[in-house]
Amino acid sequence: MPSIVKPRVAHPSLARNEIGLTIRDYEGSMSTLCAGCGHDSITAAITRAFWELSTPPHMIAKMSGIGCSSKTPTYFVGGAHGFNSAHGRMPAIATGANAANRELTYIGISGDGDSLSIGLGHLCHAIRRNLNMLYVIENNGVYGLTKGQFSASSDPGSKSKKGDTNRLQPIDPAVLALSLGASFVARAFSGDKQQLVPILKAGLAHQGFAIVDVISPCVTFNDHEGSTKSYLYTRQHLHAGFVPPAKEILTEISPSGSTKITMHDGSALSFSKVPTEYDPTDRLSAMAYLKAHEGEIVTGILYQEEASADIHERNKTPATALAKLPFEKLCPGSAELDRLMETFR
Amino acid sequence: MRSRVNDFAIKLANVNGTGSASANSLIMQAIFRMGVPVSGKNLFPSNIQGLPTWYEIRVNRDGYTARALDYDLMVAMNGQTYQRDITELRSGGYLIYDSTFPLDPALRRDDIEYIGIPLAQLCNENFREPRERILMKNIATAGALIELLNIDGAVVEQLLEEKYAKKKNLRESNHKALSLGADYVKANYAYPLPFHLQSMDANNDKILIDGNTATALGCVFGGATVAAWYPITPATSVMDNFTAFCEKLRKDKATGENNYLILQAEDELAAIGMVIGASWNGARAFTSTAGPGISLMNELLGLAYYAEIPAVVVDVQRVGPSTGMPTRTQQGDILECAYASHGDTKHILLFPANPAECFEFAPACFDLAERFQTPVFLLSDLDIGMNDWVTPKLTWDDNYRPDRGKVLNLDQIESLKAFHRYLPENGSAVAARTLPGVHPNGAFFTRGSGHNKFGGYTEIPDEYQEVMDRLLRKHKEAAGYVPAPIIEKRHGARVGIVTLGGCDAAVREALDILDQMGRPMDYMRVRAFPFPAEVESFFADHDYCYVVEQNRDGQLCSLLTLETNVPKDKIKPVLVYGGFPLSAKNVLDAIAVNVEELDAIYS
Repeated sequence: MPSIVKPRVAHPSLARNEIGLTIRDYEGSMSTLCAGCGHDSITAAITRAFWELSTPPHMIAKMSGIGCSSKTPTYFVGGAHGFNSAHGRMPAIATGANAANRELTYIGISGDGDSLSIGLGHLCHAIRRNLNMLYVIENNGVYGLTKGQFSASSDPGSKSKKGDTNRLQPIDPAVLALSLGASFVARAFSGDKQQLVPILKAGLAHQGFAIVDVISPCVTFNDHEGSTKSYLYTRQHLHAGFVPPAKEILTEISPSGSTKITMHDGSALSFSKVPTEYDPTDRLSAMAYLKAHEGEIVTGILYQEEASADIHERNKTPATALAKLPFEKLCPGSAELDRLMETFR
Repeated sequence: MRSRVNDFAIKLANVNGTGSASANSLIMQAIFRMGVPVSGKNLFPSNIQGLPTWYEIRVNRDGYTARALDYDLMVAMNGQTYQRDITELRSGGYLIYDSTFPLDPALRRDDIEYIGIPLAQLCNENFREPRERILMKNIATAGALIELLNIDGAVVEQLLEEKYAKKKNLRESNHKALSLGADYVKANYAYPLPFHLQSMDANNDKILIDGNTATALGCVFGGATVAAWYPITPATSVMDNFTAFCEKLRKDKATGENNYLILQAEDELAAIGMVIGASWNGARAFTSTAGPGISLMNELLGLAYYAEIPAVVVDVQRVGPSTGMPTRTQQGDILECAYASHGDTKHILLFPANPAECFEFAPACFDLAERFQTPVFLLSDLDIGMNDWVTPKLTWDDNYRPDRGKVLNLDQIESLKAFHRYLPENGSAVAARTLPGVHPNGAFFTRGSGHNKFGGYTEIPDEYQEVMDRLLRKHKEAAGYVPAPIIEKRHGARVGIVTLGGCDAAVREALDILDQMGRPMDYMRVRAFPFPAEVESFFADHDYCYVVEQNRDGQLCSLLTLETNVPKDKIKPVLVYGGFPLSAKNVLDAIAVNVEELDAIYS
């Protein structure tokens, strides 16, 4: 299925950012995801975040792996190069890209299958290297493109579309990142744009590896007990492959305490915002807080430190992209080779 | 009888982890500096301490440096392998052993000479530390060899001087140990032996270098800025050397900044991913690995092939399948690399034969990778990569400029109406690419999923095939740009010998012997895939050709059968794949099987 190009016409009164671009300039092609997919809300939030930051589109590099989430870089900032790579390998490809050109702003879009199963090792090592990028996990607890298998972030007791119950412990990307020494860890909900946009902006501004775990419901395959039936039931009465329309899940989470949100499938997610007295510079208390609030989805910037060096600072690479260095600076030349040859006698 | 001066082979049998390597390289380097053609082959185990290890030195005034298979002198320092080691001596050869301990009389041979030296006893009497007593036994052995083989003592002194310039104590203990061995020989045996050394001047413009060092140097000179790797034998020293050269040659003198970045990856999947990411951004990037690493890289090699991203992969081949024999040599990755990844893929392979070609081909790999926007493999092997070779001094042409392929700059992008990533101009096989960070109009979405010539996602058969067909044209076109085969003709030859890579020296030696036997054969060394046209015509010009390679399945033979019109019955495989470097004797033995057929042709 070809990607669908959006018309480029913008209303003349649309606001312009510091570099004179409207939000339309940060859009990409039309989404081909299911109507109501949480990922589209994240795409909209990313679009806004880049626009608000006035990042020149061509200075953005959009990296992704494989899966529904990994398709989304086509849907934002059409003026940026994108790289839809291979399943789970995005952190490695982003590492090489960043090594060659540190001048770009890197955003990686991944999913729970991409990041927490097939690419878990690469994610861990991107965290260890403190790669300077924003890494977004669009976390829906399910394999969407292959139609509904459990992912590593599926909660125990949740039921697949086929009716199997997941018995395995989930991998929580935020806890994982905290334990590995990540320098920026956040969690958000795709339906809370008010919170998501500032978190994304903070992550983009962060010097180092910023990971944002965004809970992003899959309207088609997120089959929890009690609600699965309604979707299966609907599908059995329609043409195969028909996806029922659904509205995006939207909610405001009150600053105080947790809020329950009703998902498309009828199940309830419990969200809480981190209280204002929470100290996001203390790794251990961040982990303790998450532990103490297990069962709820704690959102916000959970942890941030600016001190740790990224791969270039550790390596003392020049500020200019390595890829731009002229050959004359790279090749030692024949006189140097002649000198070297004397050491091989 | 032919003089045995500067024409003999010795083998040193040791236990690894006892310091034998430094004694071995001392001898090898001394012979090299005496100006005598020499080669050293390290046959070592996949182990740090306690297993058998051998070092073979072949001295040959005519410059034949392939492995010898019978030895004039055996230094038998390993009880574990003594039973086999003693059988490898030619009749009339000499065996050096540690006479502190008795030899097994049951294994005694009457047709060889024994040179007993009480090495353990001498070292125990003269050195105090247990570790030193073990290490110095090897140096004492080297001292004995200096006298027995007439190695120039002044050259050895000079080497110790250079090696231990800052370690006076070590220099003195080495000196003492050398004297222990030398003095014992002088007091107890006739020296030098009938085969021994005399200085020559064959090495004036030569160096002693291993292929991995040369490859690393080639990558520095070729302009590589990003390297990603995962440790693996026998490729590790490529990156060790690249790191060392970069620290020396790539540090900006004014700012102290490093004009390179080396990433030790979490695995080979990541290593090739990093190379692809860096190349996508326009850097010259490479990885070094061995067969098991290539297996892991298969997935992303297909991505680089299909999305048309340059990547340079150095494969220092070792013995497979699976873990195989990590410290032994083979040419077993030819097919794996030629068709790496799922679906229809074909890659560009270069086959260096020695360290000089490793250095020459490394920049060529980057040129080919960028010109054809595709992965390129440098297929070295353990023998080339890890053994020291006497090689002509490496030279560099300061007029060399990298071939960056078709990359649109800012002006070119701005002048375009629209940019389409996979739509070449004028029916060319390669389309221009753009780099991130230049201009929004150059932006496109790189993908390993089905795409049409415009770079858009597609599942439409015609659109998919159009791109795939162009990729095939691109690969064919590369045949005109890769290193041509080396072809050497002899008068009266009707049969050819075809080979590749590190088999070169052994095959050339075999060819000379065959010529002396009245069976001249022509020589072709294939240096790259896709095969240039000369490869097929060489077969056409001969009744048939032996194809000498180091793997079980005749992988070069298979590739020739698949990718050329050479009839199968013109290909006679000569396959030697036990893991040790090739010897001329291996080639001659295989050809002798067909001696009747040869007689018919040459009668």
